[in-house]
Amino acid sequence: MKKAYIKHMAYYLPERIMTNDDIVKVFSEKAVEKISENVGIKQRHLTAPGETASDMALKAANNLFEESGFDRGAIDFVVLCTQCADYFMPSTACVLQNRLGLRKDIGAFDIDLGCSGYVYGLAIAKGLILGGLATNVLLLTADNVTRYLHPQDKGNQTLFGDAATATIVSTEGSAEIMDFVLGTDGAGANNLIVKSGASRMPERQNDLTFDKNGSPVSSDHMYMNGAQIFVFTQRIVPKLVKDVLAKNNLNQEDIDLFVFHQANRFMLDFLRKKLGVPEDRFCIYLENVGNTASNTIPISLIEAKKENRVKGKVMLCGFGVGYSWAGVVLNVE
Amino acid sequence: MELNDFISKFANLFEETDPATITADTVYSQLEEWDSVMVLLLVSMVDEEYGVIVDVEEMSETETVKDLFEYVKSLR
Repeated sequence: MKKAYIKHMAYYLPERIMTNDDIVKVFSEKAVEKISENVGIKQRHLTAPGETASDMALKAANNLFEESGFDRGAIDFVVLCTQCADYFMPSTACVLQNRLGLRKDIGAFDIDLGCSGYVYGLAIAKGLILGGLATNVLLLTADNVTRYLHPQDKGNQTLFGDAATATIVSTEGSAEIMDFVLGTDGAGANNLIVKSGASRMPERQNDLTFDKNGSPVSSDHMYMNGAQIFVFTQRIVPKLVKDVLAKNNLNQEDIDLFVFHQANRFMLDFLRKKLGVPEDRFCIYLENVGNTASNTIPISLIEAKKENRVKGKVMLCGFGVGYSWAGVVLNVE
Repeated sequence: MELNDFISKFANLFEETDPATITADTVYSQLEEWDSVMVLLLVSMVDEEYGVIVDVEEMSETETVKDLFEYVKSLR
């Protein structure tokens, strides 16, 4: 039986940095302090005007080829996970195939997922390899969801940052991709959404209101019902962890490191305690980058590896916009 | 579960607001310190202390701290 492995990884953060002090200049100090204390974020990187998610993906991929020395001519599939596409059509992965100077006899497409997207990307890449359709898949994640935020949205301005990552999934490597659990509940679609601009609601709505908690609600910007999303993770993540363990015939004690989607510190601490995972087996990497949507899991993995924490069995869990969730175990040499 | 105990746990979520000013009849969403972060603190407190996960829509229909207590009690 063929196996699939993570071979190389790299990431890119845009140059512009927004610190909490910068946010305080716009909003009241107390409000920002309270949010940033709870979410555990001190700064976030933002794309420059005109810089797109695919521009970041290009740089992440080039970083990967430079750092690893891997020959880009050996890439035979590109999958880009983004919710910030260049165009309605074509697929941004096609544009990147050309900009990255990759071969033309290869497949390329986008997957339109957020917080769960990296784990879905690994699932697709593994499927392509086990199905004999590819040998070296370039899996890219790239999002600058900050461009969807309302200027008055202090909660989400404090929370989100922009980034891109690149991973090569191959027939050989140091981290075997084991079995997956995937899930979806579209009933939660309205709780994390950018409504206008696509097909269902093509025109801008200019319908800004403020909810009971003082957060802006606008069809033209990203809306997140934080409380609903929090309750969703309370319900789904413990079950996801349990199901992933069962699928891989493992016990919770067998997992050497848990890498969850880095939504915010408050939520991660809560889930860690609820699951009873000790701090040294739980990854938190948020302070300098914020919540970077589909990028948080690969960035955390890369940073954990620098600290020599990626060994043995590593569980990845992504969950959020959709609702969509996915989990897998990596078996690291 | 007991009302006074719930009120004290609820009041402890606040940093600025004097706990003594929070009573069973307080309309909590009118408190100056109430915001979206407070909702998360409340939801997690209810899970940790009472072992139930609230329905945010249903919870948002409550007005006073006593209503909130009754709602949480109904979930147990």
